[in-house]
Amino acid sequence: MSLAMSAALEIANLQAWYGESHVLHGISLSVQPGEVVALLGRNGAGRTTLLRAIMGLTGRRSGSIKINGVEAIGLPTHRIAHLGIGYCPEERGIFASLSTEENLLLPPVLDAGKGMSLDEIYAMFPNLLERRHSQGTRLSGGEQQMLAVARILRTGARLLLLDEISEGLAPVIVQALARMILTLKEKGYTIVMVEQNFRFAAPLADRFYVIEHGQIADTIAAADLEARMPALTELLGV
Amino acid sequence: MEILGVPLQALMSQLLLGLVNGSFYAMLSLGLAVIFGLLNVINFSHGALYMVGAFLAYIGVTQFGLNYWMMLVLAPLLVGLLGIVIERTMLRWLYKLDHLYGLLLTFGLTLLLEGLFRSFYGVSGQTLDVPEQLAGATNLGFMILPNYRAWVVAASIVVCLGTWFVIEKTRLGAYLRAGTENPKLVEAFGVNVPMMVMLTYGFGVALAGLAGVLAAPVINVTPLMGSNLIIVVFAVVVIGGMGSILGSILTGLGLGVIEGLTRVFYPEGSEVVVFVVMVIVLLLRPAGLFGKEK
Repeated sequence: MSLAMSAALEIANLQAWYGESHVLHGISLSVQPGEVVALLGRNGAGRTTLLRAIMGLTGRRSGSIKINGVEAIGLPTHRIAHLGIGYCPEERGIFASLSTEENLLLPPVLDAGKGMSLDEIYAMFPNLLERRHSQGTRLSGGEQQMLAVARILRTGARLLLLDEISEGLAPVIVQALARMILTLKEKGYTIVMVEQNFRFAAPLADRFYVIEHGQIADTIAAADLEARMPALTELLGV
Repeated sequence: MEILGVPLQALMSQLLLGLVNGSFYAMLSLGLAVIFGLLNVINFSHGALYMVGAFLAYIGVTQFGLNYWMMLVLAPLLVGLLGIVIERTMLRWLYKLDHLYGLLLTFGLTLLLEGLFRSFYGVSGQTLDVPEQLAGATNLGFMILPNYRAWVVAASIVVCLGTWFVIEKTRLGAYLRAGTENPKLVEAFGVNVPMMVMLTYGFGVALAGLAGVLAAPVINVTPLMGSNLIIVVFAVVVIGGMGSILGSILTGLGLGVIEGLTRVFYPEGSEVVVFVVMVIVLLLRPAGLFGKEK
């Protein structure tokens, strides 16, 4: 059996540009269904750009991005989403002109029956139920982050791209998010997350990719993490 | 009976005339606001497409033997289709550029459309009869209400409130509002934003076409009728401010009424009163009456 056939995400020699500037220089990686993968690296290394390139939100791209075996490099953004991806951007992207519940209901269902129901989501994030009629951007930072993740769980997407979800949040909320990732992992979601907060990502991910200058500088399996810590600390400059 | 030396009948008829004009302002500024929100394009051709709507009604009735009611549906559809063609073939290339490019393109289209109709119909203008069902007037006691004018005001209020409802209260409207804020993210959720943009432009200009059909029986249908109106409509948009659908409806109707009242009490000022209001509003609230300060 070929691994490439069953990969949830298979990227080969991905190059991407913003206008004239060449930002990704030949990235290749593969994520199996049910895996949680963390992208580590310094700010500006290209981690966020990689997620954006997967969604077709950068400029020109070349190489190959296969999602559940389907080539997505030539597809427009909205068709890429329909391959079963839920994208949570770094800036969270909560809409000010929509209420919390409208924000939650905004992303169209991609795969009927696979996603969580509104009730399940409210059970998982009781704060959102309480504040469902509030304007989306009136929520606290933590609540907005919950909302940004919760709304892509409704769609039936099984591959989640999460960009810096722990950034700027209080420790108690970061812990809640970590529990949420573990729950999602148990439910079989495939997750690719960009993380600055290494301690947040360390206990969650099965594998770590270190990205530098738009390339993959290193790949570390969770089991080797301890042994590689000193080198990693130096690489990330933390 | 007189109010401030003005006969009630005269006051009421100017008020009604103001409301009729206000109805057109409201429908046009609503379309402009929706288009600007999602497409980032200042649609200068809005007035010309209003004119096209009026001419289509005139042509349909006089040359194809269709009646007013058919054209009330058909003309906005055709104008909407024309809008979709304009969006697909021209406007879509300009979204990433400065507003100025969209403004220039649509200004050019305006000249083209006006020139086209002028070469066929001249500048003297055509008239369209009021449909027989709405001919005549109703005596309300304090005033004689021309039925057609009442219909124009009622129809435009229904259309405007319907549009408001769809945008503010439905799923489709949520896509539109979200798309206005962050189209890329909405597309990343799997919504076909390019299609939504195309249909929004089509709908916005169809509203202008509908206003044109409603106007045809009460004004002189000329190739320049849109240009005469569009400058005032832009002032209405500036006064109302971007970002509020209900705001542009209320501002449109309100300014029509203010214009009507000015025509009664100080006729010389009626042509400029909207711009005086604009200056005052810009001085006091630069984002407009209903706009959100950035």
